[in-house]
Amino acid sequence: MSFWNIPWLEITILTPLLGALLTSGVREPARGHAWGLAFTGAALIAALIGWLGFQLHGRTDGGAWSLEHRFFANHFFAIDELNLPLIPLVALLHFLTSLATTRTKMRRYSTTWSLAAESIRLAAFSCKEPWLLISLISIGVLPPLIEMLNRGKPSRVFVLHMSLFIVLMTLGWTFVDSSDNRRTQTAWATLPLMLAILVRCGAVPLHCWVTDWCENASFGNALLYITPLVGVYAAVRLVLPIAPDWTLRAIGIISLLTALYTAGLGTVQRDARRFFAYFFLSHASLVLVGLELHTPISLTGSLCLWLSVTLSLSGFGLVLRALEARYGRLSLNQFHGLYDHSPTLAICFLLLGLGSVGFPGTIGFESAELLVDGAIEANLYVGIGVVIASALNGIAVVRVYFLLFTGKKHSSTINLEIAPRERIAILALASLIVLGGLFPQPVVNSRHLAAESILRDRESRIPHSETVSVFTEELENE
Amino acid sequence: MTDHLDWIRLLGLVVLCAPVLLMALMGISSLIGRKLSEPMTAKIFQAAFSIGFIASLAILGLMLANNEEHVVIELGNWVAIDSHTSAHSSSHAHYHFVVKIVFDRLSVPFAILTYMLCGTIGTFAVKYMHREVGYNRFFTLYALFVLGMVMTSLAGTIETLFTGWEMVGLSSALLIAFFHERPAPVRNGLRVWIVYRVSDAALLLAAVVMHHMSGEGDFDRLLGAGPWPEGKAAISGGQALIVGFLLLFAAAGKSALVPFSGWLPRAMEGPTPSSAVFYGALSVHLGAFLLLRVSPILETSIWLSAAVVVLGLTTAVFAYLAGSVQTDIKSALSFASLAQVGIIVAEIGLGFRYIALVHLLGHACLRTLQFVRAPSLLSDYRLLENAMGSRLPSSTGPAWRFIPAPWRPWLYRFALERGYLDAILTDYIAVPFINLFTWFDKQERRWTRFLSGEKTEEANPSAPPAGRIEELP
Repeated sequence: MSFWNIPWLEITILTPLLGALLTSGVREPARGHAWGLAFTGAALIAALIGWLGFQLHGRTDGGAWSLEHRFFANHFFAIDELNLPLIPLVALLHFLTSLATTRTKMRRYSTTWSLAAESIRLAAFSCKEPWLLISLISIGVLPPLIEMLNRGKPSRVFVLHMSLFIVLMTLGWTFVDSSDNRRTQTAWATLPLMLAILVRCGAVPLHCWVTDWCENASFGNALLYITPLVGVYAAVRLVLPIAPDWTLRAIGIISLLTALYTAGLGTVQRDARRFFAYFFLSHASLVLVGLELHTPISLTGSLCLWLSVTLSLSGFGLVLRALEARYGRLSLNQFHGLYDHSPTLAICFLLLGLGSVGFPGTIGFESAELLVDGAIEANLYVGIGVVIASALNGIAVVRVYFLLFTGKKHSSTINLEIAPRERIAILALASLIVLGGLFPQPVVNSRHLAAESILRDRESRIPHSETVSVFTEELENE
Repeated sequence: MTDHLDWIRLLGLVVLCAPVLLMALMGISSLIGRKLSEPMTAKIFQAAFSIGFIASLAILGLMLANNEEHVVIELGNWVAIDSHTSAHSSSHAHYHFVVKIVFDRLSVPFAILTYMLCGTIGTFAVKYMHREVGYNRFFTLYALFVLGMVMTSLAGTIETLFTGWEMVGLSSALLIAFFHERPAPVRNGLRVWIVYRVSDAALLLAAVVMHHMSGEGDFDRLLGAGPWPEGKAAISGGQALIVGFLLLFAAAGKSALVPFSGWLPRAMEGPTPSSAVFYGALSVHLGAFLLLRVSPILETSIWLSAAVVVLGLTTAVFAYLAGSVQTDIKSALSFASLAQVGIIVAEIGLGFRYIALVHLLGHACLRTLQFVRAPSLLSDYRLLENAMGSRLPSSTGPAWRFIPAPWRPWLYRFALERGYLDAILTDYIAVPFINLFTWFDKQERRWTRFLSGEKTEEANPSAPPAGRIEELP
């Protein structure tokens, strides 16, 4: 048996699950955290080996050693062009979030539930089977919800929206015609699916669960639940290949409005967590805008933006989390003047925030360029909307930087500088977005291959005339 | 390739890489928490600037000696997408982001000017900022600014120009807020950032639209292959009008032309060296530089050229009036700069490109000198008055005599309030925007409260964080 025949993908998924089982009995938070770190680290290593295996040999299944193959004679989980970077990315986010957890947060941050959530999330991102994917995304709601309930926080808004998402997703997929015939799906199938995606991605007016979630969940938990963009993954796997153009057009328009609306809201926020929620929503919606245009360039830009947003906003969130660990909940009603106490956090805040809005030298820059290029190719007004949303997000992030780090002199007798483990976690993410920005070609190549694969899939399932972008059609008509 | 072209290529890389390395060194040392000492910072800074300046002068010498007017150096595709398969038969996937630098009659003088002024002022700042708390921060941002300026000057594609443009914007805003323990500089920095961001959005749109029109973002394709300023734009009058107005909007934001002029006096909150080089010399001329670079596009539409002239002249008149009544030297100088920028823009609109370029270069040098002398103005006045044995004569400007007496108080108020431009932008754009979204936010909170049945948890600024801090490892 060769090294590459080991089922690394299954090991990636099962390692955190095993960790969750083993740490469930550990009562001492620091010990539980150390174990959690070890398991998330092991999952990350396995994910990276899996990624390398796919890159070098195209191996995805683990051959005869695969447990799936042994027990079910089938492969439910596989690496392909789309999820190739997403699986190690999710593992990395879990590892870094765990690494950056300070002792103050260890009691709040449940290692067991976090590991369980990681396992489910990794499984979801590895899964292509529709029903299994729907089940995994649905089950994925439970660990963070249980953690929130354990902390005695209000969860009704979250439960309402996630229940609606699960019901709509299940209902929609029930009506999907999965036969091999190239045909347009009925509205009974596509409408619930479209609504489900809009709920999970936080599209206006179904977005308030995201702000509520960010305000009430522990920040680490909130980050890990929203930043990998599971809703977008569901959209690509389940909706994009089969949805008729009107569905994509509706998702695109609603996403664009959401991006603009939440970008505007981000500029007037008085609370750092709510700001983060709107900032995230705007970016997540921009990713959806690119996807729904489904031209090769916009799709490539959107997939690049997905990576960029996940990396940047996770890092950005970790900086906010580190600040909260020192100063409590951060109000944006006044200047805090924290720069002199935490200069590294200030620099990283700005770097990661600007990275997410596409500042030159970061991975977001090329993603934004591609997205705007693709959007303008499809429709000038969509392009203008994307640019305006991006400009508003840029204003919002610098406004918050000024409010948190400048404006007055914060006095404290205690050293409030970033802790070494936090520094490693945040700098790792900052380095990735800068490296991705300086050398974007490998990322763009990988995402372009994924985009082509998605479009091929769509072309094989939908009559050819409908694969043309709706916006392109309009443009041609004009 | 002939020998001298190889040399120009090599030197071009030096010109571009000097600020890149400086920025990387300063940035990484700050990020990992190992700040460079003041003498070390000064040495590295001076070395990088000397090398860049000498290399740019050498390029000029080589070009003059070999009668080269237009040298393009292609550094390769930063990003390129070509369809791997014919998966999506309905539309082709083709995208290139080429990194290309151009040495011509416009870029070489501007790059030399950048190195000369930034180097001189940087050396001045080594002493001026001595023992300032944010010494390293100042030079890191200064390095970012220089990198942005050099990239913008030498850009051979609209995307490369946009990259530099954004760097200049960010470094300017952060340097205005340099004394960040006071709220006023920070507010002004944010204000400038907002205007820059809007201007950046216009430039980005223009860049993408131009990219689509010609299939590439290269200036050679867009503006004709001839050496500047002889190019002919490869787009129609209608297309030029759309792109041109976007570019004019971007230039207006960056160069503080009307109606964005209000940010210029606000920018004076930053340290004097950065004010001198940014708002006296380089940054404030960047809009004019952009218009010079794309001047073949302006030529294709008479309406566009007319708009440029009108905007330039309006700005010049406005800046003259506002500058006449300023009571602090830096604001007076900033409006004097703006008046000249307005005239330069009008010259560009009228098609006098060489005059505009020479005007720009001369004005930048003179104004920088005035800015760095500004803090010692009182001392200079005292010296003069002592030498004369009397007070310096003060007189109203020549135009004042031609203004009817009833108009004078109104005009004075208009000038003192800086044309109410800031107030108009605030009252009619910023405040309604904030009110609208604050109202949305309020409704969202009510809706969430209704759904959850509980009040949303908000940050409480009065909550003491001490208990949490003490638990840190």
